[in-house]
Amino acid sequence: MIGVNHYLVLSGLLFSIGFIGVLRRKNLLMLFFATEVMLNAVNIAFAAIGSYYGDLSGQMFAFFIIAVAASEVAVGLGLLILLYKKYGSLDLDVISSMKG
Amino acid sequence: MENLVYIALFAPFVGSLFAGLFFARSPKTHLVGFVNSTLIAVAFIAAVTLALHVAEHGAVHVTMMTWISIGDLNIPFGFLVDEVSVTMMLVVTLVSTIVHIYSTGYMNHDKSYNRFFAYLSAFVFSMMILVMSDNFAGLFIGWEGVGVCSWLLIGFWYHKEDKTFEENPSISPSWAANEAFIMNRVADLGMLVGIFLIYWNVGSLQYDVVFNALPHLADGLLVSIAIALFIGAMGKSAQFPLHTWLTDAMEGPTPVSALIHAATMVTAGVFLVIRANPLFGLEAVHGVSMFIASLGAFVAFYAASMALSARDIKRIVALSTLSQLGYMFAAAGLGAYWIALFHLAAHAFFKALLFLGAGNVMHAMDDELDIFKMGGMKKVMMGSYVYMGIASFALAGLPIMAGFYSKDAIIESAFNDGSFIIWAILVITAGMTAFYSFRQVFFTFHGEERYKALGFHPHDMYKYVLVAMAPLAILAISFGWFMNNFHEFITKNLPDYEMSEHTEHLAPFLGTLVIILALTGIFIAWKKYAGKGANAWKRDEKFEQSFIYQLVTNQYYIPKFYDEFIVQPYTIASKKFWEIDKAVVDGFVDFIGKGAYKTGDVSRRMQNGNLSSYLNWMGVGALILVLIAVISSVIG
Repeated sequence: MIGVNHYLVLSGLLFSIGFIGVLRRKNLLMLFFATEVMLNAVNIAFAAIGSYYGDLSGQMFAFFIIAVAASEVAVGLGLLILLYKKYGSLDLDVISSMKG
Repeated sequence: MENLVYIALFAPFVGSLFAGLFFARSPKTHLVGFVNSTLIAVAFIAAVTLALHVAEHGAVHVTMMTWISIGDLNIPFGFLVDEVSVTMMLVVTLVSTIVHIYSTGYMNHDKSYNRFFAYLSAFVFSMMILVMSDNFAGLFIGWEGVGVCSWLLIGFWYHKEDKTFEENPSISPSWAANEAFIMNRVADLGMLVGIFLIYWNVGSLQYDVVFNALPHLADGLLVSIAIALFIGAMGKSAQFPLHTWLTDAMEGPTPVSALIHAATMVTAGVFLVIRANPLFGLEAVHGVSMFIASLGAFVAFYAASMALSARDIKRIVALSTLSQLGYMFAAAGLGAYWIALFHLAAHAFFKALLFLGAGNVMHAMDDELDIFKMGGMKKVMMGSYVYMGIASFALAGLPIMAGFYSKDAIIESAFNDGSFIIWAILVITAGMTAFYSFRQVFFTFHGEERYKALGFHPHDMYKYVLVAMAPLAILAISFGWFMNNFHEFITKNLPDYEMSEHTEHLAPFLGTLVIILALTGIFIAWKKYAGKGANAWKRDEKFEQSFIYQLVTNQYYIPKFYDEFIVQPYTIASKKFWEIDKAVVDGFVDFIGKGAYKTGDVSRRMQNGNLSSYLNWMGVGALILVLIAVISSVIG
C-alpha cells in the first residue's frame, strides 16, 4: 500500500535532487530545470498531503504553483535567449559580469 | 533706575560682542577701541547715577528674569545695587574706562588689537555680574567669568615661547594662564562646596534669605560654610598658599595686569568676604575670621619680603598687590569690613596707576622689565615719573595720599582689636612697602642712566594716554579725603567699626610711627638706589649669595616646591593613566572597530559576482534557517 509517507519521501528526494542541481550546475538552463524539479517536488507534497487530509486546498495550491511556474518559465526562457544572444553562452562562470 | 542697572551691566557686554563678533578677523581698527571705551564710560556714568540714587533712596533691587527654576530650586537673574555693590561698580567701571583708553595707546602696535578689546570688555561684564548679583549663583557665574577672561588675557600672547622655569621671571604666557586658571579651579571647588552647603541648609541662594537664616544654623555648619567660601576667596585673591599664579600672571599685557590683577578681579575675594559679612561677623565663625586676619597679615609681610629683592618691574607691583590684599583681608577678618572696602577702592586707584605707569616704562624700554637696566628715566618720561611717584607715595601711605587713610585705618583697627602680633606685622610691612616701592621708583627714574649704555631709546607714552590716567592720579591723592563721607555712606549697609575709647588717644602716635617707618624705608631706598656714577652699576654680590636673599628671590622656593611635589608627580601619574587608558579604553573601542572591519573584510569574498556561488551561499543560508527552525522546535 502506497501511503502518504512514500509520497513525502519521493518529494524530499526530488527536492534534494533539484537543490543539488541548483548548487552544482553551471548552465543557466539546467538551473531552470533544477528549479522546476524543486517546484514539482513541492507540488507532489502538496497534493499528497491535501489528499491525506481530504482537503482540496493543497491540490488547489499545487495548481497555482504550476500556473506560476509556467509563466515564470515563459519569462525566464525569453531572458535566457536574450542572454545567449548577448554572450554566446549560458555558463554562469562566463556570463558573470560583477566582480566582487 | 532699573534701566540704569541694565545699562551699567550690559554696556560692557555689548562692547565685547561688538569687538568679538564683527571685528574678530578684521585688521586693527581704532573704531573698536573707541566704541568699547565709550561703552565702558557709559557704564561708569550709569554707576555714578546709581550711586547718587542709592545714597539718597537706598538700594535698588531688580529681577531681570527667572534663570533656573526646577522643583524647589529657584534662582532668578536678579541684581542688587546697594552701597557695597555700587562702590565696587564705581571702582570697576572707572578703572576699566581708564584702562580701556590706556589700551588704545598701549596695544596700538599689536596685531590682535580687536581681540584684546573683546576680552577686556567681556571681563568688565563678568566683573559687573559678580558684584551686582543678588544671589550666590550669579556671583559664582561672574566669578568663573572673570576667571575665564583672566585666562584669555594672561595668555593673550599665547604664541610666545615656553621658557624654562629656572629662568624666572621668564615663563610663557600660556603657561602662566594655565597656572592661574588651574589654581583658581582648585579654590573654586571650595567655593562651590560652600554654595552647596548654603543651598542644602537654607534652601535658597538669595543673599537676603541666606543672611536671615544664618542665625538658625548650627555652629559647625556655619564654620564649614565660612571656611569653604574663604577657600574660594583665597584662590581669587591669591592668598597663601594659592598665591603663585598672581606674579606669573604678569606675563599678560600690562593693562590687563592693571585692571584684572591689581584693581578688580583679585579683590573679588575680599569683596566676597565683605559681601558675606553677616556670616563672617557671627560669633560662631570668629575663629575663621581670626584666621582670615592672620593669613592676611602673613601674606602682607610675605609678599612684601619677596618684593624687596625682585628685579622685574611688574613683579614688584604684583607682589605689592598681593601684600595690599593681605591688608584688606586683615581688615575684613578683624570685622572692619568698611575699612577693607575703603582700602580696596583706594588700592584699586593707586595700584592701577602704578601698573599703568610701569606699563609706560615697559613700553618705552621695548618690553624690558629689569629695573637694573633702567635708571634716570625721569628726564625722558616726566609724565610717567610723576604718576608713578604719586602712586608710590599713596602705596607707601604717606600723609594726604589715599593709602595713608585706608592703610592707617587697617593698622589702627588691628591695634584696637588687641591683635598686637598682626599689628606689628602690618606696621613693619608698611615700612617695607615704602622701601620696595621707592626702590623701584629710584631704580627706574633716578640715578645713573644705565639704559643709555644698554642701547635703549625710551620715549613717553602718547599724550592722550597720560591725560586719561589723570583721574587715577587725582583719586590716588584725594580719595582718602572722603573717608568720612564714605564711612557715612557705607555703614548704612556694612557694620560700623569704631575705635574704642582706650586706643583713641594712641591713634596719632601710631600713625606717626607708621609714617616714620615709611619715611625711613624711602630714605634707605634713596641712599642705596638713587646713586650716580660707577656705584650705580655695582651690585652687592656677597649679599646676593646669602641664604636670605636667595630664599626671597626664589619666592621661598614655593614655586619650586609646587613643581617638584605637585606638578611633576601629577605629570607622571597622568602619563601612566594615559597609558592605561590607551590599553584598556582605547583597546576596547579599537577591538569593536577592528572586529567589524575584519568581519567585513572576510565576508567580502562572498560577493564575487558569480551567480552560482551566490546560489550556494543562499543554499547554505536556507539550510542554516532550517537547522535553526528544527533546533528551536526541539528546544521548544
